[in-house]
Amino acid sequence: MQRPEASPDGLPHTLCRTVLPELRLKLFIAGDSPRAREAAANLARVCDEFLDGAATVETIDILVHPEAADEYRILTTPTVVRDLPLPRRRATGDFRDATQLLAALALYPTRTPT
Amino acid sequence: MTSPIAPAIEKQPTGIPGFDRIATGGLPRARATLVAGTAGSAKTVFATQFLVSGIVNQGDAGVFVTFEDRVEDIRANMLSFGWDIAQWEREGRWVFVDAAPDPEEPVQVLGSYDLSGLLVRIERAVKQVNAKRISLDSLNALFVQLDDPPILRAELFRITTALKRMGVTVVFTGERVDEYGEVTRHGIEEFVADNVIILRNLLDNERRRRTIEILKLRGAPHQRGEFPFTITSRDGIIVIPLSEIELTQSSSSIRVTSGIARLDEMCGGGFFRDSIVLASGATGTGKTLLVTQFMAGGCAAGERCLLFAFEESKDQLFRNAASWGLDFAAMEKSGLLMVVNRYPHAMAMEDHLVEMQQTISDFRPNRVAVDSLSALERVSPLRSFREFVISLTSFLKLKETTGLFTSTTASLLGGSSVTEKHISTLTDSIILLRYVESYGEMLRSLVLLKMRGSRHDSTLRQYTIDGTGMHIGEPFRDVVGILSGNPQFGTHGDQEA
Repeated sequence: MQRPEASPDGLPHTLCRTVLPELRLKLFIAGDSPRAREAAANLARVCDEFLDGAATVETIDILVHPEAADEYRILTTPTVVRDLPLPRRRATGDFRDATQLLAALALYPTRTPT
Repeated sequence: MTSPIAPAIEKQPTGIPGFDRIATGGLPRARATLVAGTAGSAKTVFATQFLVSGIVNQGDAGVFVTFEDRVEDIRANMLSFGWDIAQWEREGRWVFVDAAPDPEEPVQVLGSYDLSGLLVRIERAVKQVNAKRISLDSLNALFVQLDDPPILRAELFRITTALKRMGVTVVFTGERVDEYGEVTRHGIEEFVADNVIILRNLLDNERRRRTIEILKLRGAPHQRGEFPFTITSRDGIIVIPLSEIELTQSSSSIRVTSGIARLDEMCGGGFFRDSIVLASGATGTGKTLLVTQFMAGGCAAGERCLLFAFEESKDQLFRNAASWGLDFAAMEKSGLLMVVNRYPHAMAMEDHLVEMQQTISDFRPNRVAVDSLSALERVSPLRSFREFVISLTSFLKLKETTGLFTSTTASLLGGSSVTEKHISTLTDSIILLRYVESYGEMLRSLVLLKMRGSRHDSTLRQYTIDGTGMHIGEPFRDVVGILSGNPQFGTHGDQEA
């Protein structure tokens, strides 16, 4: 997958959202921990601020649904998987850096991060 | 099984042949053991075999966590040992946790994380089959996937602690850079391993030599130092536990015939049934004849006889026997004689040993001859050779089998061979066959140099060979210096001077 050409501030160019197919994210956490909450909050913020709320985010607690951890081959938590569109993309951590998260999931913000 | 008087750590037999002996019973139960080795040192085979023997020998289910190889590859590779993992998976006795990186879906690390995903999956797998054993292969691949040693160490500690609490015995593998250096690349062992085992794959005299060493077995006795091991397609890893078997020799007072009546007399009634006899001599002195008569004598007494021939072909041996009036073909047909031809260069000493032991176990002979040890000695590192002889003699003794080994001396007159130098202390009896130059004629002499646990005739005898075999005659009385290769002839009285 080619990385989009960077703009002068190091961010991908804004692309028109209407050409993107459905965007579905899955956030895997292991129980309710400060780190899980931080990751969830950071992810929600990114979706809200840069993806115009167009992404659906499903949070899966693998302590409750261990079979999902197997299905998605989860090693580390928190992990976010871009389930759609394919190919899948994944990132792990607490996602403090919105720009890095967007790049890791190959998401093109509808609005330039400020 | 918990015993009130023994707070000692309970051992879990691994079922890996020979290993449980050097580990005095196996690996500590519900503990974590690191198996470290360089690339190609059979770490994955060890990790797999640990689970396989649990399933096969103890009915323990197992979990295999792979951080490196693809699950399909492991299934296919291990089928070459006859281990049908797919079948055990269907039977609910084996579960894979596939933690190998997916090249299609690389994971980006953005901030702090833990390994709860792995832990949850492992715990699920363990519960799913009620596993007693788990192998994780190899941790280095995990360190490559997630390049954050401090987090990984802490998390691995958490995972092994959880597994131990569940009563699961853990084996994980780690890669080493050097054969003799740091235990592992990332210093994993200090954090997670109760026990450390090192597998080595050394180059010794241009030949590969595999060894296993138990570096640490926390709170449990074990044998120290390196032990050779080999890998066979039938049994996987087979460890050769040298020093252990040396100690367990029993001794028999039952005598068996050497196949030569006069030699039996000299021995005080024949060889001891569980004794190992070394026959040493230059080429042409009659070592193969001694072996042939030893085999024939056994067959005549209704014993099962096994001959390992490393120098001559079967046809040659049968022709030789016929020239001394002995019919090997008939003996073979009767099922009492088995002749195994091996090319010494064909494999490593450890493999020769394991194959010979398997042949012996299958044929269950009463007597075994090896002609000659020197042929094997020439193609192996000295240490491997010595270990081979120790192991083979111990193996024969445990089975109360009589052994006759031959050794070829380098010089025609007198002299000794490397073989003798290194194995004479391991054998119970030694027969020397020597040429004697006597007034323009080559005579042959025989002496029973040593016979452990028995009075014996130690005179130097002349013998002849004809169409009916070996004929031992009267003692040489007026010659000195035969064994040193420098015979001096004179009258009996002159020797005192």
